[in-house]
Amino acid sequence: MEKHALRDMVPQDVVGTYREHTLTYYDGAKRTILVVDEEVPYPEGRLIVSTTDPEGIITHANQSFVNMSGYSMEELLGAPHYILRHPDMPPLAFKGLWDTLARGEKWQGFVKNLRKDGRYYWVKATVVANIRNGVLMGYTSVRRKPSRQKIAECEKLYPTLF
Amino acid sequence: MTYQFTVSPDFTPDHLSGWYIFNTWLQKAVDLHIHLHIYDDFLQQRNAIEADNVDLIYANPFDAAMLVREKGFRALAKPAGKADEAVICVAEASSYQRVEDLPAGIRLATTDDPDVHLMGMIMLEPANLNAENITTVQCDTYVLVAKELIKQSSDAGIFLEEAFNDLSSIIRRQLRVLVRGQIQLVHHCLMIGPSLQPHRQQLLQALLTMAEDAKGPGVLEALMFSRWEEVEEEEMEFMIDLMDTLNT
Repeated sequence: MEKHALRDMVPQDVVGTYREHTLTYYDGAKRTILVVDEEVPYPEGRLIVSTTDPEGIITHANQSFVNMSGYSMEELLGAPHYILRHPDMPPLAFKGLWDTLARGEKWQGFVKNLRKDGRYYWVKATVVANIRNGVLMGYTSVRRKPSRQKIAECEKLYPTLF
Repeated sequence: MTYQFTVSPDFTPDHLSGWYIFNTWLQKAVDLHIHLHIYDDFLQQRNAIEADNVDLIYANPFDAAMLVREKGFRALAKPAGKADEAVICVAEASSYQRVEDLPAGIRLATTDDPDVHLMGMIMLEPANLNAENITTVQCDTYVLVAKELIKQSSDAGIFLEEAFNDLSSIIRRQLRVLVRGQIQLVHHCLMIGPSLQPHRQQLLQALLTMAEDAKGPGVLEALMFSRWEEVEEEEMEFMIDLMDTLNT
């Protein structure tokens, strides 16, 4: 899978009033993002599924992922999974994810994701390593609808983790 | 040698007769002796797998990881365009309008069908429900799940969508769907154990050309799907990883 350079978010893709941030990712890449404080409800009965290579580059996405992220399939495939990173998510949460996976365990957590249009959606995410014949081939992430209570707990907790 | 074939015990009797017809067809198509034995429940079937008494299985996706990783099974084929989906229902007269209305402490009618139960429980998570804060009422069939709801002995029930659609219209009218799963990635699969690996190509060829065979379409009709589709190894591994994420 060929890796895309991540482009800055642009006002014409964004709905409503936005605030601007610059995010610096673990690999040193920087991106200007435009954030709208409006939640998009998680669709009933669906799972959002994606796989990445070991470097976190998206190699597979299902239609629910396309629909909820606001990006086209072409934009998602080859992009780093951190294309969804919302500035309200503490980096500590993602450190926990990678540390857990490095121990060969499944990771589960509640994540606020950024859409292409600047709005956000909450998910309960589970990530497993894809091991084939003893070799790490990548990761599968499956997201499902979280409860409002869990979201409320995260909305209180996450700002304290920066 | 007689090979042992079994089918995931989560089908209604109407569906089961189709598997006997299929077994007769398959034996002729591949010239092998295959005995179909259908176990009464998942526990008995798992004991048979554990004892290496199964060579060919139409497996529930929940068992795929164990079959592949512990018993050396390989995927062969799946019904084209068919996936297992779960449905959460309440009685038509119930006051619950959305999954989020269901409170802790409810009585949940369900079956021992492991993948459907798992997917159903995931659809109850938005209400903060889990195995610890509900009472599970285990039913032998989906008709009994429906009866639990209609009698209002249980507050909500989990159905395999196909089984829900098979209910009579009189029963269905007394139920209301709160949420219908649209996962699209979880499916039963015909799998072969190590003893049948030398016949893999022969079996696969017969299945993939079944719709063109003189008697194949009639057998497929009895199975209630239109054709078989090959399951590649990576597709099975992907489903195993997916089930692993859901089973958390």
